[in-house]
Amino acid sequence: MSVIVIAELSKGKIKKASLEATNYAAKIASQLSTTVTAVIIAKAAEASLGDLGKAGASKVLCISNDKLASQDSQLMTKALEQAVAAESADVVVFSHDFTSKAVAPRLAAKLKAGFVPAAVGYPSIEGSAFSVKKNVFSGKAIADYVIHSTKKIIALLPNSFPVTLGEGSAEIVDFSVNLEGIESRIKVKEVKKESNELSLPEAELVVSAGRGMKGPENWGIVEDLAKSLGAATACSRPVSDIGWRPHHEHVGQTGIAIRPNLYIAIGISGAIQHLAGVNGSKTIVVINKDPEAPFFKAADYGIVGDAFEIVPKLTAAIKQFKANQH
Amino acid sequence: MKILVCISKAPDTTTKIAFKDNDTRFNEDNVQYIVNPYDEWYALVRALELKESLGGNVTIINVGPADNDAVIRKALAIGADDAVRIDADPSDAYYVAEQIAQHAKSGNYDLIMTGKETINYNGASIGAMLAELLDLPFVSLATKLEMSGNTATIEHDIDGGTEVVECTTPFVLSANKGMAEARIPNMRGIMAARTKPLTIVPVANAEVLTSIKNYQLAAGRVDCKYISADKPEELIDLLHNVAKVI
Repeated sequence: MSVIVIAELSKGKIKKASLEATNYAAKIASQLSTTVTAVIIAKAAEASLGDLGKAGASKVLCISNDKLASQDSQLMTKALEQAVAAESADVVVFSHDFTSKAVAPRLAAKLKAGFVPAAVGYPSIEGSAFSVKKNVFSGKAIADYVIHSTKKIIALLPNSFPVTLGEGSAEIVDFSVNLEGIESRIKVKEVKKESNELSLPEAELVVSAGRGMKGPENWGIVEDLAKSLGAATACSRPVSDIGWRPHHEHVGQTGIAIRPNLYIAIGISGAIQHLAGVNGSKTIVVINKDPEAPFFKAADYGIVGDAFEIVPKLTAAIKQFKANQH
Repeated sequence: MKILVCISKAPDTTTKIAFKDNDTRFNEDNVQYIVNPYDEWYALVRALELKESLGGNVTIINVGPADNDAVIRKALAIGADDAVRIDADPSDAYYVAEQIAQHAKSGNYDLIMTGKETINYNGASIGAMLAELLDLPFVSLATKLEMSGNTATIEHDIDGGTEVVECTTPFVLSANKGMAEARIPNMRGIMAARTKPLTIVPVANAEVLTSIKNYQLAAGRVDCKYISADKPEELIDLLHNVAKVI
């Protein structure tokens, strides 16, 4: 009855959020005196699978099946159900990302497993009592959820814990699933993806900008600052609505919720709906020319002034700082 | 085309969040309830647009007590044809999904829509659970939906981008921003909503798999520390040595 963690590959590497979820699963497994089995849609020859062992998995089940190429949640659920059964797992851990939002609730319904999405803490396990905390009210509160069922599924909010890799190694095995007689009804026609960008939900550092930038042509200084830090870029809702920036960069209540270590907001006033998507960030820096901008009330550090002057100076200072570190 | 739109009741976005009974329950005093924005602005309005262009019927479904009828009438005022309320306490996602699934099984719906998540519990679970319980395909976080015969073309959010997929009916979809523009009910709609059919369905047998033990407010931030616009080094020093994030 190992603890199962569902891992994903991105560009030939195990996603950081998957390593974090593996660490998390390992902590649960040690409390339950069992081990972690990672399940991944990949070929067993994939070079980076060893990282799952370093993150705490004892075994990796590799599922390789053409029918899963489109990641249809209906077929993914059938495949994962077979892995859960083979391992007699009672606890399944996902990272709360795009794939898990479609697959984890399905698997929960299939297994009649109590499901806690967007969990933010380690579960409290005392005998058969099992509870785990999740964000509610769009980040304004935290609720402690008790899971009553024997089978339990938790989807961990990315960037809840730092990733640690140790010396462990995992046994990597092929796991064949039976998907005969089931055909996907979802046909993928087109994928529009910025392949060379940092994944926003996984990014530890995020530089975000809003209407204060006055126009899309001024984003160069935002990108320069992000580049100097190795940060991902994001934007506020109005900016994505008017098409200055792509929709997938929009963070906030109607966009995506993120919780990086550092969130730098440039020219964003800090509407309550925007804060709902970023208030889990560990450190928030606000740069705004309006000293009354509500975002300052939610910030750790603030600079009042003209972004067009401050941002390039900050970028130069960061480059200097990085140069001194080496 | 028969469309079922699942709606949830949510506190107005400006609500001050507070708890009572030793932090075991949400304090509803003076709370103004609305239709969960994702369910209304994106799922319901797009369903109505499809009905207006292709014909058909839009049914609203909600799981909750009689208090919810006011919110259901709001959704009817926007233009849905009829509504179903399942008289059950909506405490656990699986339990709610089971209630809706047991109704939807016999409804012959071509399309079942939910919002991407509620703004109070942020679970984003009901759509996918429903799809599993009904053994239907599920498309999450849809930002565009067009129908041609029984084939839908859907654009939806994926990690770092978007994907366009085709799916034949019936299926379940969760709606994200972009699907439609919010509509404000007019007086005629509000009057008509009073007499539109609202069927109360008794609770179906289903297990409650999770429950909330207690709540706590998220830790607020201590006062913002201001740094002079001329001293970016000071910010870097604080981020490196105090916050330890760079």
